[in-house]
Amino acid sequence: MRDVAVLGVGQTKFGELWDRSFREIGIEAGLQALVDAKLASENLGGLFLGNMASGGLLEQEHIAPLILDYAGLAGRHLPAVRIEGGGASGGLALHQGFLAVASGLYDYVVVGGAEKLTDVPDSTASQIVSSTADHEWEVVFGATLPSLWALVARRHMHLYGTTREQLAHVAVQAHEMGSKNPNAHFRNRVTVEQVLGAAPVAEPLGVFDCAPLSDGAAAVVLGPLEGARRHTDTPIQIRASEVACDTMALHHRRDVTANDATVAAARAAFSRARRSPKDVGVAEVHDGYSISALLAVEDLGFSEKGRAGPDFASGQFALGGRVSVNPSGGLKAQGRPFGAVGVAQVVELVRQLRGDAKERQAPATDLALAHDLGGTGATAVVHLLARAG
Amino acid sequence: MSIARFWRETPRRYNLGGSKCATCGTVSFPPRVVCPTCTHHRQSIGKMAPFQLSGEGEVESFTVVHEAAEGFEMQVPYVLALVRTPEGPVLTGQIVDVEPGEVAIGLPVRATFRKLREEGKAGVIHYGYKFSPRTEDDPAPPRGRTAPVPREAPAPERAKA
Amino acid sequence: MEAGIVSYGAYVPRYRITPSEIGRVWGSDGATVGQGLNVERKSVPAPDEDTITISTEALRTALVRGAIDPQQIGAMYVGSESHPYAVKPTATVVAQAVGATPNLTAADFEFACKAGTAAIQTCLGLVGSGMIRYGVAIGTDTSQGAPGDALEYSASAGGAAFVIGRDRVICRVHATRSYTTDTPDFWRREGQRYPSHGGRFTGEPAYFRHVTECARGMMEAVGASPSDYRHVVFHQPNGKFPQRVGKQLGFTEAQMRYGLVTPRIGNTYSAAALLGLANVLDHAGAGERILMVGYGSGAGSDAFDLETTDALVDFDRNHGRAVQWYLDHGVEIPYAVYAKFRGKIHLAEG
Repeated sequence: MRDVAVLGVGQTKFGELWDRSFREIGIEAGLQALVDAKLASENLGGLFLGNMASGGLLEQEHIAPLILDYAGLAGRHLPAVRIEGGGASGGLALHQGFLAVASGLYDYVVVGGAEKLTDVPDSTASQIVSSTADHEWEVVFGATLPSLWALVARRHMHLYGTTREQLAHVAVQAHEMGSKNPNAHFRNRVTVEQVLGAAPVAEPLGVFDCAPLSDGAAAVVLGPLEGARRHTDTPIQIRASEVACDTMALHHRRDVTANDATVAAARAAFSRARRSPKDVGVAEVHDGYSISALLAVEDLGFSEKGRAGPDFASGQFALGGRVSVNPSGGLKAQGRPFGAVGVAQVVELVRQLRGDAKERQAPATDLALAHDLGGTGATAVVHLLARAG
Repeated sequence: MSIARFWRETPRRYNLGGSKCATCGTVSFPPRVVCPTCTHHRQSIGKMAPFQLSGEGEVESFTVVHEAAEGFEMQVPYVLALVRTPEGPVLTGQIVDVEPGEVAIGLPVRATFRKLREEGKAGVIHYGYKFSPRTEDDPAPPRGRTAPVPREAPAPERAKA
Repeated sequence: MEAGIVSYGAYVPRYRITPSEIGRVWGSDGATVGQGLNVERKSVPAPDEDTITISTEALRTALVRGAIDPQQIGAMYVGSESHPYAVKPTATVVAQAVGATPNLTAADFEFACKAGTAAIQTCLGLVGSGMIRYGVAIGTDTSQGAPGDALEYSASAGGAAFVIGRDRVICRVHATRSYTTDTPDFWRREGQRYPSHGGRFTGEPAYFRHVTECARGMMEAVGASPSDYRHVVFHQPNGKFPQRVGKQLGFTEAQMRYGLVTPRIGNTYSAAALLGLANVLDHAGAGERILMVGYGSGAGSDAFDLETTDALVDFDRNHGRAVQWYLDHGVEIPYAVYAKFRGKIHLAEG
């Protein structure tokens, strides 16, 4: 295995991109990344594309060659592969790209993530999102993805005394960061009172506890660390890329208030990088729901079990806190174009490690973590990133 | 949803037919062909026997759903819960015949038979389990005695190893 | 006849609406209408309930009470005029849901409000002849009156399941007898959403004539008079008709006490007389004689000369909800919620 670096990044605006098609946003992010990496396309080895549900959302399967084609690369006959893992599709694609380069079989690859959720009615999009839970034994019985996370939230509140106010701080912090991110879906600030007063979706979760349905795409160029400086002054090394899975249905979990897949992926990642959660200065974690952010920081080792609520409320995860969590605004404010999320997390962390994050720049750190999650936690992906020495 | 896809699950959805591992005794619902908890999990293949849940349980967590799943729009706001059964498995299901404010963690419930959804006005109607509260003034029976094991209880297929 | 009732169970949905609430919407004095009908409130099924779910709940209770192996059920007949499907049996779903499939015969019956009693007669024949060990007869409805129609004040939902067998009979059937004519007092044409009726024509020539003739014929056949019965149960489209027909036949209020349940839950159609009988069995001791007379529009009456046995004393009536529980409980809903539950609101198409 050889060391792998991120050489270039690209990302579209996230949000309601009414005038832009799926192929347009996919290409935009990919070409930005290629330009950023100063990579001649003849050196490109292939494309790994994270996408959750193009069939249901666009009536279009087989999208990897489609994006390659409209990127003007069909004539090169490169391999292009779509990767699906619910909300973790982007993180999984990145893992595949990492394996491809690390193995030595490929030199340079583009890892993209793209999703277009506004081309169908919200009700259809919500159904598709819910299909990342167990359709036969959860959804058929009346579950939606937010309602399953609400079950997690209620149990977390019951066991650990977590409050609605503490959960609200996740959204308040996310919107604060979104206001500093020109690519964010939501750029408005919100208050705890606004979050608590919002319409309920699945109690105890309200509208502001749930990330939006967004369009968007993100891409990175990966290549061998050796020689990376030919492409960038600040190569960012992928120190670990780990995937772990758990039961499909929430009701089969050992403990519904923990994502064991996250725990396993994080443990493997820290072990491979020979680092610990304490070394992480900045992180992008899955906050599809306010409660998912609480589980993430606990399962990743940033908070003691059950303490994430008070930790969020006391600003431990704000920009410049113990760990700067979700400086992009996270899924909550930057937006949630499912397949793009895991890639966009790494785009943000690369900007953070390069020192390019402007208003939302976290204090300098030598370790960053990306955490992507599918469904209620059946798939978790953890990446550790660091500036190459 | 296709007719066959729902139809083949009716022994589970109508009668809570699960499976029990002959090696370690773990009960699974829905039934499994291999035991998820056996230390040497391969040894459980072919030893999973049909086992029926009693339908009793207790609310482990719950939510009041305002943005409904498809087919549940007429019941908003409805209560969805994780129900822990005395046999072990936890099930996701709706709690019916209850006001949302009456549900709490620990509430004893029992399985009831309800419509789950309809395939439009002209399509097939799907039925299955939901749960209703078991209150003190309600002499409802333990459901285990009311839903005996059907003779054709599903035997999990032997895995082709 | 050695075949008799070996078990029974009842089910009534949770929701209730009052005549005054219905009248409020249609500009009528609903309270007075309710008093005239002797209906205080009527049951309303939840949006996820229909005659299949109601039948299943009632039958599951019956199977527990009688400790009956569902695999020994040889026939299942569900009588209703509100089967969820026009084509596809209610009975097959119920049979599957109680674990009675596949070795049984099953069918749905329709004879307005007496399809359930007709199902009992059919089971008595099959069990009595030795063709089957247990037969299940269910009477159930989630009946609808057209919005604003007089029927809307009473049409309700419920179900009762009776298991017919020969061993451990809790209630003997001494005799059964029917009276049938072509009398178009109430009907629903194929494809029509709500039933139609002949107004006052549903009274004398229909309900009263058939119930009276059938009851008299029954008593004459067995050589009994009203005073020989401890209980009497009539079909009860409202609370008034059965009281009046009982009086005409010479029965007292006391004899009708347990058999009349409609005032508290409304007209459950195919379940009406059967829920009355279930309530009688909930309260009866051994050796009590019962006359039950069902009625179905179109028209016909089925009469049953019944007598409880010593086995009823040991019978596990405490399992499952007694009919009285349903009469005492229920959650009242406003008309708007009722209209939503019953699909009376026109919704946007997908």
